[in-house]
Amino acid sequence: MAPLETLIRRARALLPDEGVITDRARLRTYECDGLAHYRVTPALVVIPETAEQLAEIVRCCAEQRIPYVARGSGTGLSGGSLPHAEGVLVVTSRLRAIKEVRRADQRAVVEPGVINLDVTRAATPEGYYYAPDPSSQQVCSIGGNVAENSGGAHCLKYGFTTNHVLAAEFVTAAGDRVRLGGDAPDSPGYDLLGAVVGSEGTLGIVTEVTVRLVRLPEKVVTLLVGFDSTDRAGAAVSAIIAAGIVPAAIEMMDALAIEAAEAAVHCDYPAGAGAVLVIELDGPATEVDAEYADVVRFCEETGAFEIRTAKTPEERVLIWKGRKSAFAAVGRISPDYIVQDGVIPRTALPEVLRAIAELSDRSGVRVANVFHAGDGNLHPLVLFDDAVPGAGEAAEEVSRGILDLCLRHGGSITGEHGVGADKAAHMPKMYAPDDLDTMQLVRCAFDPDRISNPGKIFPTPRLCGERPGRRQGAHPLQQAGVAEVF
Amino acid sequence: MSDSFAGRGPLRSDPREASVSRPTQSISGVRPGRIERPTSTAEVAEVMRAAAAAGESVVPTGAGTKLGWGNPPTSADILLDLAALDQVSEHASGDLIATVGAGTPLARLKDHVAAAGQRLALDETISGATVGGTLATNTSGPLRMLAGTMRDLLIGVTMVRADGVVAKAGGKVVKNVAGYDVGKLLVGSMGTLAVVTEATFRLHPVPQTSRWVSLDARDAAHAAELTQAVLHSQTVPSGLEVDVTAGGVRVDVLVEGRPEGVAGRTAVLTDLLPGSEVDERAPAGWGRYPWEDTADEHLGIKVTFRLSGLADVVEAAGEHGLRGSAGVGVAYVAVPADRDITEIRATLARLRETAGRHGGSAVVLDAPGAVKQQLDLWGPVPAVDLMRRVKDEFDPDHRLSPGRFVGGI
Repeated sequence: MAPLETLIRRARALLPDEGVITDRARLRTYECDGLAHYRVTPALVVIPETAEQLAEIVRCCAEQRIPYVARGSGTGLSGGSLPHAEGVLVVTSRLRAIKEVRRADQRAVVEPGVINLDVTRAATPEGYYYAPDPSSQQVCSIGGNVAENSGGAHCLKYGFTTNHVLAAEFVTAAGDRVRLGGDAPDSPGYDLLGAVVGSEGTLGIVTEVTVRLVRLPEKVVTLLVGFDSTDRAGAAVSAIIAAGIVPAAIEMMDALAIEAAEAAVHCDYPAGAGAVLVIELDGPATEVDAEYADVVRFCEETGAFEIRTAKTPEERVLIWKGRKSAFAAVGRISPDYIVQDGVIPRTALPEVLRAIAELSDRSGVRVANVFHAGDGNLHPLVLFDDAVPGAGEAAEEVSRGILDLCLRHGGSITGEHGVGADKAAHMPKMYAPDDLDTMQLVRCAFDPDRISNPGKIFPTPRLCGERPGRRQGAHPLQQAGVAEVF
Repeated sequence: MSDSFAGRGPLRSDPREASVSRPTQSISGVRPGRIERPTSTAEVAEVMRAAAAAGESVVPTGAGTKLGWGNPPTSADILLDLAALDQVSEHASGDLIATVGAGTPLARLKDHVAAAGQRLALDETISGATVGGTLATNTSGPLRMLAGTMRDLLIGVTMVRADGVVAKAGGKVVKNVAGYDVGKLLVGSMGTLAVVTEATFRLHPVPQTSRWVSLDARDAAHAAELTQAVLHSQTVPSGLEVDVTAGGVRVDVLVEGRPEGVAGRTAVLTDLLPGSEVDERAPAGWGRYPWEDTADEHLGIKVTFRLSGLADVVEAAGEHGLRGSAGVGVAYVAVPADRDITEIRATLARLRETAGRHGGSAVVLDAPGAVKQQLDLWGPVPAVDLMRRVKDEFDPDHRLSPGRFVGGI
C-alpha cells in the first residue's frame, strides 16, 4: 500500500469522518495561511480531537516518512503553515480546551487550538491576562503563537511568547509525547522549550501549553500624539526611552498608513499628521501618573501638534483600532500590498526611514510605514497593483531592499512574523553558513528525518548525521540514491 | 573541607603561572591536565580544533566560582580559562543593548552600563561571577521577578563548537525571530554544548528609586499568605523574597520606579503588610545564597515550585530554612555537609517530593565532592533522551565538560 493510503486508513480509523479530509475541493481551502500568495494543496488534512490522536498521526507519518505541517488558525504571515504537496496538514483547531486557570499560581493550561484572546478572557475575571498580543489575537491560536514566538504591540515591556510559556506537552517528530519545561521555573536540563518556541513547527507539535498570567494593570493610559514628521515622532520616542521609561507600547504610523486607517475604520487620527505615535503606559496608578507627565512633556518638547489622551475605554479602543487595522486598511488605498517585517536598532530609525523613502521615490513604489517604534520592529507596507505589468516585481524588489537595509544596520529579517516559506532565502544574508549549520544541529536532534514542516526557515538543510564543517560535493547517501535532501 | 572551589575567589591565577603545566585547581575534585588561556574567540577556536584533533576533553571556566557545581567531569584534559575575554565590546545605550566577552565579570559589565543609567537586570548571586559562568549555570536572584533570567535577557551569542567551528546565534536587536534560538539551549547547559565567547544582552533603565518593604511573618503559612497578597496586589514588585532562618520568617518586597510611584506603591504594601518596615537599602543576604560564606561546609540546593507551594516547601526545608524568590517559585536551601549521608539523602528526597508535588524540582547545585558522589544531583529530568540527542549533535565525542550535566551528559 502506498504510504499515504496507509496514513489515510489509519486516520479514518482514529478520527471521526469530518476529521479526515481527502476531497480535492475541500483540501484547497487549506492551501494557504495568512500569506495568501503562496499556495500548496496538501495531500491530506487531519483534524485531531485529542493529543493522543495527533501523536498517533505523527507516529504514522514517521513510519511512512510522510512530511507533516501543523496549522493553528492559519493567520501566520510568513507561510509557516504552508502545506506540503505530498504531506499531511495537521490542524489543531479542535484541540481548544482551556484546561485550567490558576490564579494562585498565575498560570493557565491550554490546548494549542485555543484562541489567544480567549486565554485573556478566561483570566480576566481573576484579575489576570495573557500578555503577548499579536494584532491577530482575536483569531490566532496559542499553538501558532508558540510556533512563531509571537509578539505584539505590548512586547516592548512584557516580552514575547517565549517569555510567557512555562511548559508544553510536545509531540516529537517520532510521535513521542514528552513534557518540556515545567510548572515551576528553571526545569533541570537543557531548555528544550526555549528552542521549540519560535521553531515554526519544524521541531514538532505542542499539544498543551502552560502559560504565565500577568496581573491586569491598575491603570492604563493611552495617548495618540500627532507630529508633522516621522523624524519628530522618532525624537519623542528617543526622549522617552532615554528617560528610562518603558511604556507598554509605542507604535508609529506615517502619513500613508494614517490615510489608509482613516479610510478603513474612521479612527479620527489628527488631521494632516506626518506621523502619529500611539503610546500606552500601564502599571500602578501612581507610577503611570508620574510617567504620563513626563511623556507629555517629551512629546511637546519634540514638536507634537496634538496630544490626545483616551478618556474612556471606547476612546482607547478607537485609538488602537486605527493601529491594529493598519495592515488590512492598506487594502483601501491599494489593490495589492506586501506586509514586510524587519528589525533595526531603534536608534537607526530616522536613517532607515529616510532610506526607505528614497527607495520608494526611486522606484515609484509607495510604502506605508507602521511599526513598533520602541523596539525598532518595522512593518513597511509595500503597495502595488498586480494588474499593472511588472508592478508586483517592482514591489518585491523594494520589499527585499528594505530587508537589506535592516541587515545593513545590524538588524533582523523578521521580528515577529517568522521566516517560514517566505524568507528562507534571506537567512544566508543574516547568518553565515556555520551559524545556519549550528541551527541544523538542533533540527537533527529533534527531527533527523526532516518530516516536521520541511522546507521552512532553512534554504539548504544539512543531511543529519553528517559531521559538521566537512561537507564536500554530494553526500554519499545522496549519490547512492539512498537519501535525498528536502 | 571541600575539595571544590565553589564560593571562593576567582580562580584566575597569576599570569606568571601561565607556563606552569600542573594546575592546582580542581573541577569538583577532578584535576585538569592543563590550563589554556585564550584571549579571543579565534584562539578559543584554535584550542578546540587542537583538542578535537587530539581527542582531548575540555571544561570551560570563567572566574571559577561555580567550578564545583554539577557532577565531577568524567575527564578534564584541558581547563579552558576564558577570563581574558573580559571586554565590553559594545554598549549601544540608545538601543539598550551591550555585547561583552564571556570572561567579563558581571560587576564590570554593570559598572560600564551604569554610566548611562542602565543595568543588566540580573543579580550577581556569587561575588566575582562572570557573564559566561552566569550564562552556563543560569543563576539568578530576586530581580528575576522583574526581568526573568539569563534566558530572557540574552539576545545574541558567539560560540565555539566542540569541533572548533565558530558560530553565532541571535543578533543585536531585542526583537528577532529569525531561525532557532540556540542561545536558549546554551543558557544553563553547564558548558556541555559549546563554548560561549561573547554574548549580547538587552539592558533595562536603572530605576530612579528603590524601596524594600520588610516584615517578620508569624510562620510559613503566614508568609505564604502575605506572598499571595502581594502577588495579587497592584504594586508590581521587582522582587518578592522570603528568608527563613532559625530567627524567623521574613518577607522582603522590592519596588522600583519613579519617586512618586514608589511612594504610592510602598504605601499600598505597608497596608498589606501591617507592621512592616521600609528601607532604602537591601536587607542582609538579599540576592545571595544562604550558603554564601560557608559553601565548603554546605550542600546548596535549589528548589522550584508553583507559587501556591511555598508553605509546603518551607516545611520540607525544616530546620535548614531557605531563602529565595517566593514571588517566582524558587528557593535555596543550605544543608550542613557534615550530617550523616542517610540524613542528607532523606532531606533531599523530602525536598524533591515536595517540589515535585508542586510542579518543580530540587537540584543540588553545590556540595563537597565526597558528599556529591553519593547523591543524584538532579533528580528526575523529563525529556532527557531528547537532551542526549541534542548533546550528541553538538558534541558527538562528548568532549565538552563530559559528565557534568543531567543524565550523564
